[in-house]
Amino acid sequence: MSIRERLSGNEAVAVAMRQINPDVVAAFPITPSTEIPQYFSQFVSNGQVQTEFVAVESEHSAMSACVGAQAAGARTMTATSANGLALMWEILYIASAMKLPITMTCVNRALSGPLNIHNDHSDSMGARDSGWIQLYSETNQEAYDNLIQAVRIGEHKDVMLPVMVCQDGFITSHAVENIELLEDEKIKTFVGEYKAEHYLLNSEEQIAVGPLDLPAHCFEHKREQAQSMINAKKVILEIAEEFEKISGRKYGYFEEYKLNDAEIAVVVINSTAGTAKTIVDDLRQKGVKAGLLKIRVFRPFPAEEIANALKNIKAIGVMDKAEGLSGVGGPLGADVKAALYGRTEGIKVVNYIYGLGGRDVRADDVEKVYNDLLEIQKTGKVGETYRYVGVRE
Amino acid sequence: MSKAVKKMTPETTWKEITPGGTIYESGNAEGYKTGDWRSMRPVWIEEKCTQCMLCPPTCPDTAIPVKDSKRLDFDYDHCKGCGVCVKVCPFKAIDFIKEDDKKE
Repeated sequence: MSIRERLSGNEAVAVAMRQINPDVVAAFPITPSTEIPQYFSQFVSNGQVQTEFVAVESEHSAMSACVGAQAAGARTMTATSANGLALMWEILYIASAMKLPITMTCVNRALSGPLNIHNDHSDSMGARDSGWIQLYSETNQEAYDNLIQAVRIGEHKDVMLPVMVCQDGFITSHAVENIELLEDEKIKTFVGEYKAEHYLLNSEEQIAVGPLDLPAHCFEHKREQAQSMINAKKVILEIAEEFEKISGRKYGYFEEYKLNDAEIAVVVINSTAGTAKTIVDDLRQKGVKAGLLKIRVFRPFPAEEIANALKNIKAIGVMDKAEGLSGVGGPLGADVKAALYGRTEGIKVVNYIYGLGGRDVRADDVEKVYNDLLEIQKTGKVGETYRYVGVRE
Repeated sequence: MSKAVKKMTPETTWKEITPGGTIYESGNAEGYKTGDWRSMRPVWIEEKCTQCMLCPPTCPDTAIPVKDSKRLDFDYDHCKGCGVCVKVCPFKAIDFIKEDDKKE
């Protein structure tokens, strides 16, 4: 029997970490993820976990300590947000290139500047090319479920990559919602014990990690790393299937909400999906064939599957909670359009930037997007493909 | 999946390469030939050499092998041609020539 609880997103993540009981946690506080190491350090003090908690002096040190610990053979976790993630940047790439399956919770917050502590996705979107697997969560429940699966995904022998589990700052991280937790024993069995194949503390095998990699081999190492990301696609589904057996909750690359017969659809990440679902329901009552695709797995990007799910849609609105400042739209918009190109024909796509710096995303903001899509479907005219919703004009 | 670093060559494919660049054995610097970095070449003139043993410990690359308390000819697989041994020799027993001028 699962345990019914009421937890914030941060509490849910801390509980998952207690149940996973990692060997090392190295973290530095930053709003809105501060509570995660805070709650977790209490578990350490209470003796509820056997984790070595490293209270570092910066996020650069936090990620460096994680790299050292994971290379030593320890299952390692951390949490951060926004500028904390930015300060980890250099080491993010090193962690993934060294094939170290560290698990991180990123509580999404606007990356300064302007200086802002509220939610958007500019932090983790910037890290999308760092070689980390990225899972996104609409609710506290998904943040909890994703983190438990993340450990297994990253540590799989065909993957061996770090995993970032994202949730919306404050909206999800601080709002208390109902949640179903799994029993400690079930999680313990599910994640199992981490046994690295090669590790620095192995007295039987002397190894060196992170050596200089000159032009003769660096390209081959990058290619090998890319294969791990490709392999992760299969592994993510296998782990989701296994997780469904203990939780009853089904996960894939993305969630399709009333998408099957839809003519217009929105593609969105994280908590806004909840708001968008109510709009889909409203529109369906009015006889409008509206649907929603909510991204769970952003890296690796499930391009083929997304194109397949959207192939019969007439007009799509891709909503980016990050201003890519590319002059043509946001990062999700670019990837979705690239996925559709050559796989589908004639679909009209508009990219919306919304909710930056914690701007409230109201139901009528999402409704406006669907109304735009209806208009595009009716007239066949797309107009501007790089739009904003919720900004004062 | 354990792969010995000695097998890593410029021909190694990405499917065979050590994941993450990890080196699975210690003391393997010998496997990395640095001799082709050399533009200047020390040449040992054996008849002038008194076996005073001043040169071997000054070599940064351990490229002057010593056997039975006597130095042998240079290990050109690893000598980078820095010339320290040339400077330290009191007997002018090491010539220093352009790599291009070497006699095969």
